[in-house]
Amino acid sequence: KTRPFFSEFRVHSTTIMAVEFEGGVVIGADSRTTTGAYIANRVTDKLTPIHERIFCCRSGSAADTQAIADAVTYQLGFHSIELDEAPLVQTAASLFREMCYRYREELMAGIIVAGWDPRRGGQVYTVPVGGMMTRQPVSVGGSGSSYIYGYVDSNYRAGMSKEECLKFTAEALALAMERDGSSGGVVRLAVISEQGVERQAILGNQLPKFSTV
Amino acid sequence: MASVSVCQYHSGGFSFENCKRNALLEADINKLGFSSPAARKTGTTICGVVYKDGVVLGADTRATEGMVVADKNCSKIHYISPNIYCCGAGTAADTEMTTQIISSNLELHSLSTGRLPRVTTANRMLKQMLFRYQGYIGAALVLGGVDCNGPHLYSIYPHGSTDKLPYVTMGSGSLAAMAVFEDRYRPNMEEEEAKRLVRDAIAAGIFNDLGSGSNIDLCVITKGNVDYLRPHDMANKKGVRTGSYRYKHGTTGVLTKAVTPLNLEVVEESVQTMDTS
Repeated sequence: KTRPFFSEFRVHSTTIMAVEFEGGVVIGADSRTTTGAYIANRVTDKLTPIHERIFCCRSGSAADTQAIADAVTYQLGFHSIELDEAPLVQTAASLFREMCYRYREELMAGIIVAGWDPRRGGQVYTVPVGGMMTRQPVSVGGSGSSYIYGYVDSNYRAGMSKEECLKFTAEALALAMERDGSSGGVVRLAVISEQGVERQAILGNQLPKFSTV
Repeated sequence: MASVSVCQYHSGGFSFENCKRNALLEADINKLGFSSPAARKTGTTICGVVYKDGVVLGADTRATEGMVVADKNCSKIHYISPNIYCCGAGTAADTEMTTQIISSNLELHSLSTGRLPRVTTANRMLKQMLFRYQGYIGAALVLGGVDCNGPHLYSIYPHGSTDKLPYVTMGSGSLAAMAVFEDRYRPNMEEEEAKRLVRDAIAAGIFNDLGSGSNIDLCVITKGNVDYLRPHDMANKKGVRTGSYRYKHGTTGVLTKAVTPLNLEVVEESVQTMDTS
């Protein structure tokens, strides 16, 4: 039994992406939230902090992913205070997986959890619709991801530097936003490493250009 | 969970059994040929904008029941706390009760913390309640206020998702109002410019959307002061009738007149006083 998809739902129809590199992760997302054919928010921030060095990229139903992220932020914060140390990215991903799998019939949420912890460095875990969890060196998600699997598979190399990862992510997202009607706006990027989090936004006219048509 | 709050928080999930029952009843009624009464909705244009010193919230004043205007001058800007107000679109009862519940809980919370409530607190309470009801509470809200961290503006959707933005519009007239905002919004406007912008955005909704109409209400919230301007602009005053269809006395001729007196006499008269003290 699947939940009927009404256009009154607000969805982050989205393109989200995360890449591991030596020393951290680069995460990126577009900024469009739609209600049917209307763009309800053209400057959405889909890169949500869960802990100091752990972020999640949200796609799917806006309400579901916001509620899940708030719940996991609370649980992880409590866990971290109990342990008196920085939580593991795998722990955050597990908490997301627990919730997304348990309530899989009621939820529509595709989440990529990415961050840095002292034990295993930069990690990317993907928790797609249905509640599976797996670690991947590079992961894309959302409706716009279909258009860039080829680009990502052919252009990803292990051992890229931080700048190369940023360029790779920005170009992949720009390509997806060009082709997917439900993705657009600005490209939001973040680099998470031992030093902390650096955020940036690439606005419309500064997006990487590919087509001259 | 450590919580020293006195407010009544809901425990356990919501039971959706009644929703199944309602669907069955609806089907039964339709089989008999009747239609169940339509919920009164505020077709609505509501919006809000953050300016230099605070926020300006605006709303139209039409409430519709299907295709008929049920209330020509309803109030859509609801009180949440002395420094926070909330515009509501969607089902009128839902927006009214939801804002009242959160206002009550927020007052208890404020007494417990000993501080002026924050807009983000009201946002959290509203979004968690609406998500719990999975969109069955049809309340789309524009929440605005000024607290210790400055002016804040949120839009809250019936399924429980929220956005924090410098300008937002909601309701059936939201596209018309957003067009005005996208054209003329600037960061850090002066109060008069912000009020003019909100007034024009609501007017765009009123004149271009069938679900919105009547007057424009404004609410200007700054640090320590709220101007609740109801009405700020009576954009749709009822016109003066220029013609008269009354017939003069004697237009219809009287042919016959028969008077039958009814003989009634007072049989018994008793007075029972009511204690109204």
